[in-house]
Amino acid sequence: MNQANLLVEDQVQPAPACTKRALSMATRAKVHRLRQLLEQGLPLTPQPWRTLGEQCAMSEREVMALVAGWQQSGLIKRLGLVVKHRSLGITANAMVVWDVPDPQVAALGRRLAAEPAVTLCYRRPRQLPEWPYNLFCMIHGTARERVLAELEALIQRQNLSEIPHQVLFSTRAYRQHGARYLADQSVKEA
Amino acid sequence: MTSLAQGLDTQDRRLLDRYQRGLPVCPRPYAVMAEELGLTESELLERLERLQELDVLSRVGPVFDHVQAGASLLAAVSVPEEQRESYADLINQAPGVNHNYAREHHYNLWFVMTAPDEAALAQRLDVLEIKLGRPLLRLPMLEGFHIDLSFPLPWDEMEVPA
Repeated sequence: MNQANLLVEDQVQPAPACTKRALSMATRAKVHRLRQLLEQGLPLTPQPWRTLGEQCAMSEREVMALVAGWQQSGLIKRLGLVVKHRSLGITANAMVVWDVPDPQVAALGRRLAAEPAVTLCYRRPRQLPEWPYNLFCMIHGTARERVLAELEALIQRQNLSEIPHQVLFSTRAYRQHGARYLADQSVKEA
Repeated sequence: MTSLAQGLDTQDRRLLDRYQRGLPVCPRPYAVMAEELGLTESELLERLERLQELDVLSRVGPVFDHVQAGASLLAAVSVPEEQRESYADLINQAPGVNHNYAREHHYNLWFVMTAPDEAALAQRLDVLEIKLGRPLLRLPMLEGFHIDLSFPLPWDEMEVPA
C-alpha cells in the first residue's frame, strides 16, 4: 500500500501554493475516494479507469498504477465479475460449523479448504457457553439434498464423524452486496 | 423460482466462467476481454449490462482483502421467528451491513458488518445491540483458510429449477 501511495505522489504535480503536507492530504483524500468508488464496481465504459479517474481527479495512469499496486500488495484479492449466485439458482447455501479441538483446528481448516465443495472456510472464536463452534465452512449448492450429500461424503473422506457439527441453511437473504469499508453518506447505497 | 441460468447463452457462460478473476488492468480492459471471447467491445459491454439488469452480475470490480481493507465481523442474533422481518430491517438500517441472512437455527439472523476500523466497528455493533435489545454473538474471523467466493458454476445443475 505504501508503494502504491508513492506511485501516486510521484506523479502528482504540486500546485505552486501547495505545501507538502497539504498535498499529501489531498492525495490521501483522492485515494480514499477512488477506493470508495471501486467498492461499488468498475464503470461499464470503454475506458473504465479513465472514467474512475475523472470522478476523483486522477489520471487514468495514476488509477491503474494504484490498482496494480493494490493487487501486488494483496489489498485486492481478485478483480473481475462478482456473480450473484442466488440469482443463478445456487440457493441451498449451508454454513457448517464445527467444534474442533483447538490444536487441530488449523490443520483441519486447511484440509476443508482444499475440498472442492467448500467455498469458504475460516476459524472464528468460540463464545461459550452459547456458541462452542470454532471452524466454519460454506457449501453452496442448487439443492438441499445435494449439499447434504456433499457434506456426508466430506465427513466420511475426512474422518469427521467424531467432530460435533451443525448445518445452518440460509432461508432468506435480506441483504447481499460487496463490502463497503469506506462508504459514507456521500456514496449512494445500491 | 426458475433459474436464470436457462436464459444465458454460451457466450454469457464463458464470460462468467472466465472472468470472475483476471480482469486486465489496461486502458481498454473490456476490449481485451472481448477479443479473447471472440466478441466486440460493445457486445461485451452490452452483455455485462444485461447480466447486471438480470441481477446475475453484482458488479465488475475488485474484491478487497477484508483484513487489509478495514474491519469486519460476522454477528448473529436470536429473535422471535414471527418478528424476524422487522429485526432484519433494523439490522439493514445499521451502517456497514453488507450481508444479512435468515438461517435455520436458534440464532436465526446472521449478518456481516464492516467499518473503516475496529473502534468504529465496535461502536456500530454496540449501538445496534441496544437497538435490537438482544445480545449479539460476535464472531470475528481469526484465520481464513479459503475466503474467496468465486467457484466454478455448476451450469448443468442450474438449468433445473430447484
